[in-house]
Amino acid sequence: MNASRKTRVVLSAIAIIVGVLLVAPTLVVIPMGFTDKRSLTFPPSGWSLRWYEEFFSNPEWIGSLGNSIAIAIAVTVLAVVLGTLAAVALVRSRVPASGAINLLALAPLVVPIVVVGVGVYAMFLQWRLVGTFFGFVVAHTVLAVPYVVITVSASLRTMDWGLLRAASSLGAGPWRAFRRVTLPQIAGGVAAGALFAFITSFDETVVSLFLASSELRTLPVQMYGSVTRDTDPTIATASSLILVITTGLLLATLLRRKKHA
Amino acid sequence: MRGLALLAPLLVLLILCFVVPVAEIIRRSFVVDSEFGLEAYSALLGNEVFWTILGRTFGVAIVTTLVCALLAYPYAYLMTVVSPRTRNLMMLIVMIPFWTSLMVRTYSWLVLLQDSGPIVGFLRGIGFEGVTLIRTTTGVMIGMVQILLPFMVLPLYNSLAGIDRRLLGAASVLGARPFRAFRRVYLPLSLPGVFAGSVLVFILSLGFYITPAILGSPKNSLISQLIVERISDRLDWSSGGAMSLILFLLTIVIVGLSSRFVNLSKVYGGAA
Repeated sequence: MNASRKTRVVLSAIAIIVGVLLVAPTLVVIPMGFTDKRSLTFPPSGWSLRWYEEFFSNPEWIGSLGNSIAIAIAVTVLAVVLGTLAAVALVRSRVPASGAINLLALAPLVVPIVVVGVGVYAMFLQWRLVGTFFGFVVAHTVLAVPYVVITVSASLRTMDWGLLRAASSLGAGPWRAFRRVTLPQIAGGVAAGALFAFITSFDETVVSLFLASSELRTLPVQMYGSVTRDTDPTIATASSLILVITTGLLLATLLRRKKHA
Repeated sequence: MRGLALLAPLLVLLILCFVVPVAEIIRRSFVVDSEFGLEAYSALLGNEVFWTILGRTFGVAIVTTLVCALLAYPYAYLMTVVSPRTRNLMMLIVMIPFWTSLMVRTYSWLVLLQDSGPIVGFLRGIGFEGVTLIRTTTGVMIGMVQILLPFMVLPLYNSLAGIDRRLLGAASVLGARPFRAFRRVYLPLSLPGVFAGSVLVFILSLGFYITPAILGSPKNSLISQLIVERISDRLDWSSGGAMSLILFLLTIVIVGLSSRFVNLSKVYGGAA
């Protein structure tokens, strides 16, 4: 008993250290965003709001935030539509080579991102899609769609198919049955997929570095440029905003799910 | 037939924006001066810098995977024995970094690891003078371990949660001490989960770009940095393409060999 108690204490101590390691390092961006000097010194020696002012007034920063949000919204819509249709087909219909298609849909999660980046760069240069909104949206959708396929497939597997048969025997057409019966049942999976698609696009850096031009760049590209060029603390401000937005979205989804559970 | 119509839009997108681009980069690796040739590969095989960087990439991936496994195991184990409330909190602690921007997390390590930063300051305080972390391979690995840790915890927890804990009780009834019961019963049952997490962290480490590019330096670059340098800076598509194919094949072979143990839908489904 005593030995197992000791084990438990040691385990808890390790778990607390791991938990702190997971969360704490990223929090340094919050005080860094309020520093008063143009330096990387942590903790900051004095405080100011000048980097927040800079972020919201400099078109390079606020403009790239706007681009990121607009691209992420378009990616979310496209990925949710394509991913949900595909998940319905993969789970429900007998499609030839569905195993191979499923593998292809998940492949963007494991193929090295740099290989995707240089490949997309090569083709999009030929197709004149580098530096275009459309180019960003389709390239990000490839990376975001696996999450939608996974979450929607999971909820399709647990839904009650008897209801769908009942709907069609009562005379509902396939589209009406999908909209009124299937969709409400898989709404949780679709919402989770949408959230992950949005975050994937919003955070994507490597492919975006290849697609960006001086006229069109996203927030992570602007941050990457800033961090490799100088020690502008505006990046810490941008990081704080991203951290707050991402955490807020996650907490909101989890709380919502808890209420429904 | 209706199934194919539902799949068609996604297939068109994946073929045009994923399959064709990857195939194109592979094609270019076999083209030298607009003719078919294997010169890019023969040049790489004889290039010492390439072998050094490939070796370093593997070394970093192995160390990162091992450290992640050692840190994640006790955490994931504890998640299976605590109250549901604590488990939800522990899950949240894994999910927040999992979904926090890689760029943000890498930047925070840049702040922490620099020469005037708190970690080097602390090390100096306890007597380690002249330690440098930024722009070193060690610094890159510290960042990578922390960034990839959730990818180890999630599959590991999935696997540990499925182990029947009554087996431990059975082992102790039969006279096994706790450590022996753990080593002979629990540990072997948990190995598929350790393996799944390790494969995932390993292949992600092999292809990591942003973190080594920011925390490291061109002097200790990894394979992804070399690919970008060849293509963006030197416009050498055949050499960059050849390295891309090598990295791609290494990843596919590892994923293929381990596909029995690694279910991607489960890993990411757990995160969803």
